[in-house]
Amino acid sequence: MVELTVREALRDAMAEEMRADGDVFLMGEEVAEYQGAYKVSQGLLEEFGARRVIDTPITEAGFAGIGVGAAMAGLKPIIEFMTFNFAMQAIDQIVNSAAKTNYMSGGLINVPIVFRGPNGAASRVAAQHSQCYASWYAHIPGLKVVAPFSAGDAKGLLKSAIRDPNPVIFLENEILYGQSFEIPDSVDHTVPIGSANVVRPGRDVTIATFSIMVGKALAAAETLAREGIDAEIIDLRAIRPLDENCIISSVEKTNRLITVEEGWTMAGIGAEISSIVMQHAFDYLDAPVTRIGGSDVPLPYAENLESQALPQADDIAQAARDLCS
Amino acid sequence: MAGAKKKAKSAKTGKAHGGTPSPSREHLESYYREMLTIRRFEEKAGQMYGMGLIGGFCHLYIGQEAVVSGIQNSLEPGDTVITGYRCHAHMLSAGVDPKYVMAELTGRAAGVSQGKGGSMHMFTPEHGFYGGHGIVGAQVPLGAGLGFAHKYRGNDRVAVTYFGDGAANQGQVFEAFNMAALWKLPVIFVIENNQYAMGTSVARSTAIQELYQRGESFGIPGNQADGMDILAVQAAAQAAVAKCRVGDGPVLLEMKTYRYRGHSMSDPAKYRTREEVSKMRQERDPIENVRDLLIALSFSDDEALKEVDRDVKAKINDAAEFAQNSPQSGITELHTDIFMTA
Repeated sequence: MVELTVREALRDAMAEEMRADGDVFLMGEEVAEYQGAYKVSQGLLEEFGARRVIDTPITEAGFAGIGVGAAMAGLKPIIEFMTFNFAMQAIDQIVNSAAKTNYMSGGLINVPIVFRGPNGAASRVAAQHSQCYASWYAHIPGLKVVAPFSAGDAKGLLKSAIRDPNPVIFLENEILYGQSFEIPDSVDHTVPIGSANVVRPGRDVTIATFSIMVGKALAAAETLAREGIDAEIIDLRAIRPLDENCIISSVEKTNRLITVEEGWTMAGIGAEISSIVMQHAFDYLDAPVTRIGGSDVPLPYAENLESQALPQADDIAQAARDLCS
Repeated sequence: MAGAKKKAKSAKTGKAHGGTPSPSREHLESYYREMLTIRRFEEKAGQMYGMGLIGGFCHLYIGQEAVVSGIQNSLEPGDTVITGYRCHAHMLSAGVDPKYVMAELTGRAAGVSQGKGGSMHMFTPEHGFYGGHGIVGAQVPLGAGLGFAHKYRGNDRVAVTYFGDGAANQGQVFEAFNMAALWKLPVIFVIENNQYAMGTSVARSTAIQELYQRGESFGIPGNQADGMDILAVQAAAQAAVAKCRVGDGPVLLEMKTYRYRGHSMSDPAKYRTREEVSKMRQERDPIENVRDLLIALSFSDDEALKEVDRDVKAKINDAAEFAQNSPQSGITELHTDIFMTA
């Protein structure tokens, strides 16, 4: 095992896959000479050169489309969005061109591409730079949607995403970039897309979540443990395909479920999970499912308001207390 | 004005395509047959649409045949092509048997996309054709991506990216121009200017109507050619291909053409006069042009051309027959091809 930040793990995943496959390249704003707006691509230009680590102009629809076209021709692009907020400029290419072409062509043209970058709130960058797109992309058949928490999963899932013959949306988190985790020290370390992970086993309540909220759920679980509530935390890791079996079997054990996402709950991931559990584990539920998500407002700038709007460990702990009382 | 304009057909940064080369008999005959195949195919598709055998949107290429035919025949294996939703002709020109294209229009299992794509979403990567895209303008960055792949792989192949006068106003077209020029991608941007973006004429939609100048601010040389004259198309295409092959891409071609039918089957085309359309048909028709040339040059005669007509008609009738009688996709196909399995 080796200790790496999420940022380093992502960089290593790209470097390893680029070493292994000459068709893999990285393209985006500031990915090369600047070494990444968030320094995720540190060192890649030096190792792989400007042919494979490509700075683009600020032109999201354009370079997303160029990436998709290159993927249709058989290359394996990694397209970095400086943040997923800017990918809204390119969402037509992601949804209409990348996600649907394999189907529309009856399987003649697949699109092996990864769209990656930070997603969700960072720190006080206000409404236009602070949105979670998990449910947006998870809505689309033809896309895989990944949102890791730990460095090991970030690396293992990104390697799987690059090798996947389909378009993968890879949702990172700016606040997690600097966090360190122990990870397997091996170029063979991959994590399959679509398998959730029980990061903390427990008996009393299931908390299903992803990305940065896994950390908040783990903090909440520590508090709850001191109060005698034993929470089981599921890190979903991928939103599509969603590991329904992992969620269902956990609920069959704990009989209670809380979903936690940073994004809004309206038509969100928690709503989807609630429905799945209603359908497949209704008889196991001792209480209605609780959904926790960001407040139903554009994210404000002010420190106190932002903190209030985003789900916090205390909110999760309180929901668990309410559910288990 | 006419004289000056005719001379100034190339943007400052480019050079005018040379004079029309003297056509060979073989070329003209094959152009005639191919364009006629496209025309008869589209006419048949129009009929079948009217009979309810084809659904959805159906955009016919009638009138524009010389553009795709002249360009396709200037390409070589390994070159790549992409376009928007008016794509039946591009499939046929690429070399797909009309029956599989027609079966896609009727939504059958034997269709090129197994009935999952329809009129606007057809592909034949084995012939270098990458669709068949329904969102106006979105194919332009995709085409630049095909060109990017050629350059990345270090081959001398080119990517032809077709779009219309309507798509020419989409923002991402300029994003693609910029990157294609910045990275010297081997892309031939072809504006099929058929004068109307659905019902909006170029004059009503476009501040500067000389579309071949659209790349100038990016340093992309542009040429305008008469898209109703296949020899002019071919000359312009060959010059563009030669330039891209040696790494002097991208280039922009504006093909001045005309569609005889509405934007799609549901468009009665009331935004233009009957006279305008019939004048084009009578005076500029690309197929009649080649027919006249074949006869004038004594390469063919009425009888021989009638034989070609009969032959083409029979082939299209067979395709229509096939498309109506071949089985629908199995319901299980609904859930296949969402993802490619590794």
